[in-house]
Amino acid sequence: MLNLTAVDWLIMLLYFVFVLGIGFALRRSMKTSKDFFQAGRALPAWICGLAFISANLGAQEVIGMGASGAKYGLETAHFYGIGAIPAMIFVGIFMMPFYYGSKARSVPEFLRMRFDEKTRALNACSFAVMTVFSSGISMYAMARLIQALHVFDGLFHALGWAPEGIFTFSIVLSAAIVLLYIFLGGLTSAIYNEVLQFFLIIAGFLPLVLIGLRNIGGWSGLKASVPLAYMHEWKGVAHASTNPMGIEIIGLGMGLGFVLGSGYWCTDFLVIQTAMASKNMESARRVPLIAAVPKMLFPFLVILPGILAIGLPTPHSTNVVSRGADGSIIHRIDIVAPQVEQGRGLVPAKINPVTGQPMLDTNGNPLLDYDMATPNMLLHFFPTGILGLGLTALLASFMSGMAGNVTAFNTVFTYDLYQSYIRKGASDRHYMAVGRWATVGGILLSIATAYAAINFNNIMDTLQLVFSFVNAPLFATFLLGMFWKRATGHGAFAGLIAGTAAAMLHHGLTLPLLAHPGIHGGWIAVLHSYPSDMAQNFWGAIFAFSTNFVVAVVVSLATKARPDAELVGLVHSLTPKPARAHIAWWKRPEALAVAVLAGAVAINIFFY
Amino acid sequence: MILDLRIPMGLMFTLVGMILTLFGLKTDGNQALYARCLGINANLWWGLVLLAFGLTMLILGQRGQKRVEQQPPEPLEKGHERSGH
Repeated sequence: MLNLTAVDWLIMLLYFVFVLGIGFALRRSMKTSKDFFQAGRALPAWICGLAFISANLGAQEVIGMGASGAKYGLETAHFYGIGAIPAMIFVGIFMMPFYYGSKARSVPEFLRMRFDEKTRALNACSFAVMTVFSSGISMYAMARLIQALHVFDGLFHALGWAPEGIFTFSIVLSAAIVLLYIFLGGLTSAIYNEVLQFFLIIAGFLPLVLIGLRNIGGWSGLKASVPLAYMHEWKGVAHASTNPMGIEIIGLGMGLGFVLGSGYWCTDFLVIQTAMASKNMESARRVPLIAAVPKMLFPFLVILPGILAIGLPTPHSTNVVSRGADGSIIHRIDIVAPQVEQGRGLVPAKINPVTGQPMLDTNGNPLLDYDMATPNMLLHFFPTGILGLGLTALLASFMSGMAGNVTAFNTVFTYDLYQSYIRKGASDRHYMAVGRWATVGGILLSIATAYAAINFNNIMDTLQLVFSFVNAPLFATFLLGMFWKRATGHGAFAGLIAGTAAAMLHHGLTLPLLAHPGIHGGWIAVLHSYPSDMAQNFWGAIFAFSTNFVVAVVVSLATKARPDAELVGLVHSLTPKPARAHIAWWKRPEALAVAVLAGAVAINIFFY
Repeated sequence: MILDLRIPMGLMFTLVGMILTLFGLKTDGNQALYARCLGINANLWWGLVLLAFGLTMLILGQRGQKRVEQQPPEPLEKGHERSGH
């Protein structure tokens, strides 16, 4: 049972005061819509760089990577080594010159400049819908976690409120805070708070990893207490049957590295917006590279707690008899809940909410609730005081994920939907007001999504599935747009539609082993089964990407190309190289990129 | 001029560090409290780390802010007349 004391609440309160204080302090700097939506394009590279990864460091990342670490072990680090780092280097070196140099205010606006109106409209609409739903999912996950950890139970008890209100209280509290600081300080406020959250997450999770490692006997102790495959990132990856994720090297490299990782880090306005807020081109290119440095070290911070949770001994009911100083016999009986006893390490078993019994898989073993791996580590190791810091870090991660979604939404809504299709040519002041109210609207819609998630069990899985259909082919469109001047608007549009259709078709025709047709796939017919849902996901992305690529090329060749003069600054071959002779070679983004790449290779060898 | 982020951030971590350090000192030797983290006074030690981090940020931020204030203000872009209060 969680016992929070005054010092825990004090730390949490202090954080909320600073988050809102930053919003109020920045309010006076918000004079034009450029200040509000683009942070005035005036921020230093290191701030944008830390915000770049922090925007992604939401609930799904902190809880999800811990869960994945507990389930698959170090192989999870592929999401960093193959998925994120190369893509971040690519976007910094090759794509940022076009995003930043084109003076587009958002990613959909770049698509209009490079292709045409309909491609922009398609991307803007799907992106706006997805960000609102994602922030709703993040909110729902946070409220559920707060309920499960009983964070506010003591507070509610003290105030005499009914505990049923905790879910609503958590949602309203976090939504109100995020709303207020973005409403006041726009993107600058969101970015500043993301950096604050970044350091807070390190402050909360680093001591957890240190204490956990010490308890299990250091790195060698950890190795001794988990299965061999857990501690290797690459061993056994050549074949699907010899690694925990059930994915082979081609699906992994192509699917995660080339399609999913790049699709997210190179095209998602959620992260790109922070780089576009920096003060000049060199800074903008450096942003993803700076972000890649802490990103390389994050497996230690977010994946390791999950592996530690599996490796630690499971708490059992104990009956200790000892003799007191006066000779009396003292019985101390500690009883742990059945879900803890039947779990593995500190990861509890999943409980069927109806019967209250642990849920079993087809072999009769209890199913594990991996999402509780990281939170349980916090509760297990942290005494009051630092526990408040750890819980604040967890809350901060939820908020930073939500805030990134909300600022991305208000920009795309105002510039790409409102200014383009609803009201053109209004005053700058008007658009800024619209942006502020779009923030309010976006948050209200997110709250609605969070409540919908309670009533419809599968809504979260379904939404994430639909997002993956829309996102999977995107990278092909940007790649062709930036590096092939012959690509046309009709080609891009047709490619996007075909790619999404291919992703859906692939999902409908395949199924992971041991899954029932339905939400997991195979809803048309089962033509092929994959060893795991991860493999299905990666291969689906490969099909979507390839279909988009081929269709876009064919349709582009069949339609009329735009004159070269219109594409200067948007396509690689038509854009003059910027004069950079005045910058010393070691200060150039390319030098940083090589250093980051070398670091990433070194870490992969270490984790081999 | 826009606020240097390191100042509020440094201030926050200094305060959190101070709270944890003081709480750690007060509860030092409380074995029941620190049994879960292997007998280490996690509040005291981590509080000191955060205090050092916060103070460093604060000093760097104040230096940065001073340097910016000493520079002549950048000329405003044309057509972007900013109305001050």
